[in-house]
Amino acid sequence: MKRFIGFITKEFYHIFRDRRSLFILFGMPIVQILLFGFAITNEINNVDIAILDHSKDASTKEIINKISASKYFSIKQLIEREADIEGVFKKGKVKAVLNFEKDFSKNLIKDHQATIQIITDATDPNTANTISNYVNSILQNYQQEQNKAINIDYVIVPEPRMVYNPELKSVYMFVPGVMTIILMLVSAMMTSISITREKELGTMEILLVSPIKPFQVIIGKVFPYIFLSIINAIVIVVMSIFIFKMPVQGSLLLLGLESVLFIVSALALGILISTISATQQTAMMISLMGLMLPVILLSGFIFPISSMPVPLQIISNAIPAKWFIIILKGIMLKGVGIQFLWKETLILLGMTVFFIGLSVKKYKIRLE
Amino acid sequence: MGITVSNISKSYKDVKALQKISFEVKPNELFGLIGPDGAGKTTLFRILTTLLIANEGHATVAGFDVLDDFKEIRKHVGYMPGKFSLYQDLTIEENLEFFATIFGTTIEENYELIKDIYVQIEPFKDRRAGKLSGGMKQKLALSCALIHKPKVLFLDEPTTGVDPVSRKEFWEMLKRLQQKGITILVSTPYMDEAALCDRIALIQDGEILQIDSPENIVKQYPKTIYDVSANNMYQLINSLKAYQHQHSVYPFGEFVHYTDKRTDFNPKDLKQYLEAQQLSNIRIEKTQATIEDSFMELAK
Amino acid sequence: MNNNNVIQAEGLTKMFGDFKAVNAITFEVKKGEIFGFLGANGAGKTTAMKMLIGISIPTSGAAHVAGFDVFTQAEDIKKNIGYMSQKFALYDDLTVKENITFFGGIYGLSKLKIKEKTKELIDDLGLQEVANQLVGSLPLGWKQKLSFSVALIHEPKIVFLDEPTGGVDPITRRQFWEMIYRAAHEGTTIFVTTHYMDEAEYCDRVSIMVNGKIEALDTPKKLKEQFKVDSMNDVFLKLARG
Repeated sequence: MKRFIGFITKEFYHIFRDRRSLFILFGMPIVQILLFGFAITNEINNVDIAILDHSKDASTKEIINKISASKYFSIKQLIEREADIEGVFKKGKVKAVLNFEKDFSKNLIKDHQATIQIITDATDPNTANTISNYVNSILQNYQQEQNKAINIDYVIVPEPRMVYNPELKSVYMFVPGVMTIILMLVSAMMTSISITREKELGTMEILLVSPIKPFQVIIGKVFPYIFLSIINAIVIVVMSIFIFKMPVQGSLLLLGLESVLFIVSALALGILISTISATQQTAMMISLMGLMLPVILLSGFIFPISSMPVPLQIISNAIPAKWFIIILKGIMLKGVGIQFLWKETLILLGMTVFFIGLSVKKYKIRLE
Repeated sequence: MGITVSNISKSYKDVKALQKISFEVKPNELFGLIGPDGAGKTTLFRILTTLLIANEGHATVAGFDVLDDFKEIRKHVGYMPGKFSLYQDLTIEENLEFFATIFGTTIEENYELIKDIYVQIEPFKDRRAGKLSGGMKQKLALSCALIHKPKVLFLDEPTTGVDPVSRKEFWEMLKRLQQKGITILVSTPYMDEAALCDRIALIQDGEILQIDSPENIVKQYPKTIYDVSANNMYQLINSLKAYQHQHSVYPFGEFVHYTDKRTDFNPKDLKQYLEAQQLSNIRIEKTQATIEDSFMELAK
Repeated sequence: MNNNNVIQAEGLTKMFGDFKAVNAITFEVKKGEIFGFLGANGAGKTTAMKMLIGISIPTSGAAHVAGFDVFTQAEDIKKNIGYMSQKFALYDDLTVKENITFFGGIYGLSKLKIKEKTKELIDDLGLQEVANQLVGSLPLGWKQKLSFSVALIHEPKIVFLDEPTGGVDPITRRQFWEMIYRAAHEGTTIFVTTHYMDEAEYCDRVSIMVNGKIEALDTPKKLKEQFKVDSMNDVFLKLARG
């Protein structure tokens, strides 16, 4: 036990004496949350659009009014013919054109169905996607009001993102992603770097030629980072609640436990990386390329998994971050409990056990 | 309780780092492994400190087998690797304390053993190891390797990159440690340090050339060596090499060490020859062989 | 300035804040001389050498290297010197020929000249059979000899060697010194910085730096006589211990 405490004390000296790692540990979460919360945003404001209204009846007028009243859109132009659509896009004046079909009101009442074509400028696919989502949500809003008024049941296909994020706040979407990235970064990258640093400096040689057992070295290395990652997770949640007024719907305890599970799986990955890299630089490259990129690209954090090609969707299942993000969204946004998340939790648990087993097996009690 | 090495071989891919190495270090002996970089010294150290597994042969350290009893060995040996291997961001005292706890002991408990060495760096105990001079780093590393009172001490090129003053002090420290009953295996590429060991093994390209006391190795040098000097070093070397009776010609500081093939060699003949080669200020004098001469003769 | 002096330093000083790393050193090195520049780590020899090769500007004093002023003509100095250190030598992942071509190119040699030099160098060192092998696969001794030859590829007036023979086996080491003697014989000045005193024994003259100052400067023989000892190592010990 004394050995263990001695080891951990030493680890904390390393961490607190290295400004670079201190910054990654504590500066990064704050910077990232603020960056994603304020600067990088999927929200849109005053986007210029054009309207092509073939009906010009009461319903279309009301919808157009609603759209122009929202702060998201401003109607730049009214056009008369289909042929003009290409023209306005080419001039780059508008980002979207709403095309109301003929006899819009009539169809709505008669067939319970009417069509609006939302044509967006997909040179910027994210914005295009967001615009069409926003228009959709305004339309749904209108439908709901209509339904109440005339008491006819419309079939509405709800867009999940809108439902659970009715104010269309993108920061809510980013918090689970950012939290995942930061826990991954702190846990996996920092551990792998700190273990390979011992190899690079040659101190690992001395540790090996000493009575301290390999698992004591590993736990000693990992323990400070479990502790720091938990602090980070708390900082992120607190920041999202108080700065971005994000409600956490579900149980904080469950959130905490799931986070610890994810942290442990990331630490195991970190140890695994350290067993296959000889230098800090390699460890860093592997962590960034092998962990960070998949987390950002394939976990569903930025790009929805459902819109990926099938092979990528399959690969995404192998990424722990994907499951953790689902769990986080479930707890934070939907407020669901373990009864809805046990499957994801089990998958994550399985992965964690697998990584720990593999890294213990790969860990060498000798050089090379 | 010393070290036995029998028929140890080790290869990395197609490079043979060690080939059938055998020797024995007696208890309480100061044994030197002398050879250039790439001779296999570090590989041998790593096998003996249980960091690497040999392809063939076996070895014991302090009575324990390097394979079967590797955990015991790790408790009873001190190891100072070739590269400075301490935590640069920890202070002198923190490093020492850390290694003490790792070995389940305290500084106080074994202070007696490291006192001589540690007092020299103690005034700077709050300085970080990364900011120390080469000599001080070396003293700290030695203190850390000794903190658990090892039976056998392995020092891999401890004096590489260290200035002459610190080198001298270091060897004096080793002599004192030996008097305290510790068996020491030390490696060095510097032939002049060989004389400071009880016995040495000369090693090159993974093979041992000779094992004996430094005095005996020098005594066994088969030829008479002459110091030769003249007004122009470059021409002197060329002329000597062109001399038909030469056995070996090696520059040696301000002289050239010359040996002749003949048993009835007369320096006057050589002087005449060199004069005919337009050299002047020629001096030829008998001299003592050094470890370096022996090494070159054996490696030839 | 004496035309025969390839390096001439007068009161050369380098300050880092209040710390005098190099404290008014004065010395000269003659053409074709093998000059040993000795000192413990931290004695200031690296700082002094950096000033001489034009990568560090002196705080005060004067120095000329190969006839150029270290204050104003650093670029000309760089063209006229060669440099070889134990750490940086050649690229392990290039072949012998590629290394020679690369370094020849760096010093602005013409294609024809590089071709000529490559052949000359490979023949000289007897590397014909390994000319197309990666340098990394060669024994340490060969690498060292090759990197010395490469440092001479542009026929510099002076070549600076930083601990050139540390760790090499005794035979290769002597072959290396023979190469140095030859280069010196052909008129190249050799400036060796080292803290290994047995390397010092091979030099024509040596200077010993202690705490930023040159405390001794003479031939090894005379220094040994002056301090009444047998080796440069003992000279150094006497000087450093005061």
